[in-house]
Amino acid sequence: MSNKEKHWEKTRGLMVLTLVIWFVFGYLIFMFGSSLNEGSFLGYPLAYYMCAQGSIIAFVVLIFWFANKQEKIDEEFGFQERGEDD
Amino acid sequence: MFKGNFVQNLPKIYGTYTGGFIVFIILMAIAEQAGMTAKTIGILFVAFTVCIYAFIGYLSRTVQVDAYYVAGRQVPTVFNGMATAADWMSGASFVAMAGGIYFGGYTYMAFLVGWTGGYVLVSSLLAPYLRKFGCYTVPDFIGTRYGGNLARFCAVVVLSLASFTYVTAQINATGTIASRALGIPFEAGVWVGLISILLCSMLGGMRAVTWTQVAQYIVLIIAYLIPIFWIGSKMGNPFPHLMLGDEVARLGDLEAQFGLVKNSAADIKSAGVPGGLKSIAVAHSAVPDGGMAAWKFISLALCMMVGTASLPHILMRYFTTPSVKAARKSVAWSLFFIAILYTSAPMLATLSKLSLMDPTLATGIIGKPIADVMSIEWVNQWVNVKQAFIADFNGDGILQLNEWFMRGDVVVLSTPEVAGLPYVISGLVAAGGMAAAMSTADGLILAIANALSHDVYYKIIDPKADVRKRLLVARALLIVIGAAGAYIASMRITSILGAVAWAFDFAMSGLFFPLILGVWWKRATREGAIAGMIAGLATGTAWLVYVYPKFMDQKWLVDATGIDHLRFGIPGAIVCLVVMVVVSLMTKEPDSATQKMVDEVRIPSGKTILGKQH
Repeated sequence: MSNKEKHWEKTRGLMVLTLVIWFVFGYLIFMFGSSLNEGSFLGYPLAYYMCAQGSIIAFVVLIFWFANKQEKIDEEFGFQERGEDD
Repeated sequence: MFKGNFVQNLPKIYGTYTGGFIVFIILMAIAEQAGMTAKTIGILFVAFTVCIYAFIGYLSRTVQVDAYYVAGRQVPTVFNGMATAADWMSGASFVAMAGGIYFGGYTYMAFLVGWTGGYVLVSSLLAPYLRKFGCYTVPDFIGTRYGGNLARFCAVVVLSLASFTYVTAQINATGTIASRALGIPFEAGVWVGLISILLCSMLGGMRAVTWTQVAQYIVLIIAYLIPIFWIGSKMGNPFPHLMLGDEVARLGDLEAQFGLVKNSAADIKSAGVPGGLKSIAVAHSAVPDGGMAAWKFISLALCMMVGTASLPHILMRYFTTPSVKAARKSVAWSLFFIAILYTSAPMLATLSKLSLMDPTLATGIIGKPIADVMSIEWVNQWVNVKQAFIADFNGDGILQLNEWFMRGDVVVLSTPEVAGLPYVISGLVAAGGMAAAMSTADGLILAIANALSHDVYYKIIDPKADVRKRLLVARALLIVIGAAGAYIASMRITSILGAVAWAFDFAMSGLFFPLILGVWWKRATREGAIAGMIAGLATGTAWLVYVYPKFMDQKWLVDATGIDHLRFGIPGAIVCLVVMVVVSLMTKEPDSATQKMVDEVRIPSGKTILGKQH
């Protein structure tokens, strides 16, 4: 397998993992909204909290984490950009 | 004062600007104490901010193609994040979102999840690859990846349809705010709004829009947060985001006490409630039971997320970063800046709902005698302009929860007055709403005009046109599209044109799969992409026409599937995917040059696929 193929395989793996986490915070938890709401966080009902703040914060953290991970993958295979002007 | 180049000085420039804006707010507050009228303050706020945006637009003028289309690809990550946030958060987000939560509670908050989660798709599936491609517009990518003018043209059609649906609502919002703040008729307000919008974008294209959007973000976020923290402190919660748990629980108790009554359509009609006004009939934080309710929540979030990742005015913001790496980081910053406002909207809704509903608070109106409520100044004011309404259904002279009607926008616009904040805050909120609506309208009009000038005029009609002619056409189109949007807005038929959500569904139906498969599936062919775009858009549109109450109103399909006119992107995108895959597999696989191009797109290093100027 060439360097490019290996790089793409890892990139794809990271993409799938990212989308799995996205699915959990965007959909999976809201499929169980009514039971989730019996729990609470900071005094808010949990399902309400997750759509008011929880999932949104999770998405922000997820994208920062994804960007750093992908940079590492690019560096590992020597595909990072050189200089700011190419 | 400023050493080094423009980009290095950005933090200083915008720091100075923010400081200047805060000084302006303080000056206005002093002027209010000195006896300046509310009307003058409103005019000064809107006029002052619009003049600054126009000045930035003038300073950013350019005669270069790559500056006009992609801001010279030198916008740093954090600033691009702010610009995207302003581009993204429309007049609707600013003015209507808290109102939506106020009336819709948990059910409405599917929009919050949907309008943020889409950025995960943007960063992991699209933005870095489109940046590496080096395109000027979204159809530029479709046209080059799949080849041929027909694919390019189909993408332009989907883009124009989705963006135009969105832009009339934005011009409508600028018109509403301008007419209220300046005290002019709505029709005139729309044209004032349009001129302000064009002043920002005409001379400098993307470069001007970028730097005005950063300025607009700063204004809108200050204008949104100050009232929330102020009211929160007044009610004993200086950090509302962390401290409103008890208030949310209290709302649940009050809902039980007053009862959530859904008024019948006949009652509403006979009482003469003006159109667009609503009463609270849905629980604030309780989750409705049943699989269908959960599906409705999830399907709405899905449409908004996938739509986000297909809307060209958002994707094109990531063409402006200096590198692929910067494009990825910039998506993260965008969502960070968006989240500041989105996580605040439910807090604002909670605070203003409680201040109206809690009879133990001085501001409460529910459960009090109607005669007393009518004599409150702000109630009177909003009732007079038909933005609020009281209907004593049971004739007991006491205001019940289902007897108080209000327009959603009033939640944000009236909060400062309801909570008794000085008028300077209302002026600030007007300037913030104006900034939010203008920045989104600018991005949308530019997306359409750029696609028409670059993809239709330059790539299809006249490939030999010189730079001067290209930019002239681009600017002329900007005016034409803006004027068309303003004309439609001034006819006041936006309620017929439907919801902002439609733009997401249109974009999702036609563009999502052709875009991601272009990067992620080498086997995707031109014929497949064209067939997918046409079939997807046609299916989505047909579904919309079939189920929308003002068109064919076929309720059985909505009852059976849960997919109403806000969610027609789901059937559209599924058909698009299936048709695209089937047709691609039936046709000859893309030639080796195209496959090599896709390989190149997948790695960040090396030159962009399309030249720096093309």
